[in-house]
Amino acid sequence: MSDSESKHAPNRAIPESLSSLYQEVILDHYRRPRNKGPLEGATHSITMNNPLCGDVIELQLEVSGDRIDRARFEGRGCSISQAAASMMTRELEGRSLDEALELAGKFTQLMHGERGLSEDADLGDLRALAGVARFPVRIKCALLGFNCLEELLGAEGAAGPRDPAGGGA
Amino acid sequence: MTTTDVAASPAPLDVGRIREDFPILNQRVHGRPLVYLDSAASSQKPERVIEAVSRYYRHDHANVHRGVHALSVRATDAYEEARATVAAHIGAGDASEVVFVRGTTEAINLVASAWGPSALSEGDEILLTKMEHHSNLVPWQLLADRTGAILRFADVTPEGELDLEDLERLLGPRTRMVAVTHVSNTLGVVNPVERIAGLSHDVGALCLVDGAQAAPHLPIDVEELGCDFYAFSGHKMCGPTGIGVLWGRTELLAAMPPYQGGGEMIASVRLEGSTWAAVPHKFEAGTPHIAGAVGLGEAIRYLDDVGLDRIHAHEASLTTYAIERLDAIDGLRIYGPRHGRTGVLSFEYGDIHAHDLATILDHQGIAIRAGHHCNQPLMEHLGVTATARASLYLYNTRDEIDALIDGLRVAAEMFGGVGDAPRA
Repeated sequence: MSDSESKHAPNRAIPESLSSLYQEVILDHYRRPRNKGPLEGATHSITMNNPLCGDVIELQLEVSGDRIDRARFEGRGCSISQAAASMMTRELEGRSLDEALELAGKFTQLMHGERGLSEDADLGDLRALAGVARFPVRIKCALLGFNCLEELLGAEGAAGPRDPAGGGA
Repeated sequence: MTTTDVAASPAPLDVGRIREDFPILNQRVHGRPLVYLDSAASSQKPERVIEAVSRYYRHDHANVHRGVHALSVRATDAYEEARATVAAHIGAGDASEVVFVRGTTEAINLVASAWGPSALSEGDEILLTKMEHHSNLVPWQLLADRTGAILRFADVTPEGELDLEDLERLLGPRTRMVAVTHVSNTLGVVNPVERIAGLSHDVGALCLVDGAQAAPHLPIDVEELGCDFYAFSGHKMCGPTGIGVLWGRTELLAAMPPYQGGGEMIASVRLEGSTWAAVPHKFEAGTPHIAGAVGLGEAIRYLDDVGLDRIHAHEASLTTYAIERLDAIDGLRIYGPRHGRTGVLSFEYGDIHAHDLATILDHQGIAIRAGHHCNQPLMEHLGVTATARASLYLYNTRDEIDALIDGLRVAAEMFGGVGDAPRA
């Protein structure tokens, strides 16, 4: 198809709001996800989906004591949900369960427009998702991975590891 | 009937003129002219329909079938006139065969709830297809759970058409109901429901047709189709939300028990029991959506004035154009057949997820749908979790298709190119 075919005057400038959403680092995590694939020796595992759009994340953790040694994910869905899960797994490794839940809380606040957190180094690459806050219908995409984490650890607090089989949704 | 071989071409639509009938279209979204390509989810409303609903509330509103006063008589007349308009539009033998419901979903639930329990025994079969909308699937699942009936599913071919041979193979002496969509809300394919109704009757089964995606676009004649129930929604055909139609054969409706109990649907009530009003009022418990019915009646008059044959011809030509242009994009894959379809265009664009496409297009003023379209089993069958869907109606133009194509280029640019589509 050639441009001359189009009678509609093309206006292909990329709106600023969009470029703030689709940052390069997000697309990079989407196309080259980190920590994707099954985790052998997982102690915690959960699958959650977003019934409205069909996005799916399976989160697997290997926890010893109260520390997350490794985190991996499987999933299908939009760039925001998959990139957020990829970024999350990187930030989880080495954290205590309490620290992991604290990170989930911070990220949730970032998604709800807490601009100050977009400078918080603790969030790592996740800061690139700050722009999602301006797209209310996409916030649930970004939160799917952390929803898995909170479901795995949150219900019983960070005190003790749950049934290794995890609670599947 | 197909969208590609329209015999005697009717006079073409003056789309510019049509667009003036739809006030909502004249606006900018995110700074760009609105391009509304989501009519399969819900259509926009012409001024005439908005005005009819407003006029009804300003001048004629009271409860129906209750009072002897002037307004109640006017409201009742308006409501029953809308029923007669619907009946004439779909070729119903009698207006009493038209039951007003909230929409297609409620119409199908009504049949499943009222017809099903007394008609089905354990081991009886309900035959559906793998392309049904959840609203023509879940009510039957609930009914099967209650009765021990078995659900069977006719296959969909790789081209996205109903596998009629498979459907024939699945019909048998235990088949009691065949429930099939007239037009797929994901694939756009038009199913041969006339033939399916005949095949159903050959084995003694009833045939229900989900007309949600057909009634807005095709002339419907229920007697010609030969089905037993036909369900559709007002809001997809220029009418208000919250109003829809179940058409059923008189003898079937008469034999079915009520769906809900309450006012309006009774003949007499005593503490120990009641007797039911005649059809259709037996199925219309409580104060109905009078204004909705009035609006739907006006929507049908509007569509008839424009002419469904002209609307159909316009959409067919626009669909052909859209398919040509979409097909020319590298990495873009359209689902569903190339012919024998309506303007519902589901597609996938490389590895750019449908939700990302929808967000990027939205910021260029273009409204499309992204997701599973309440069609999860079909999506699984196609091996995808979500598609983007652009759907056309009488007010859409070639320029808007061009805008969609340009918008997709922006998406590709934004993603720094298009990778291979991930397979589920």
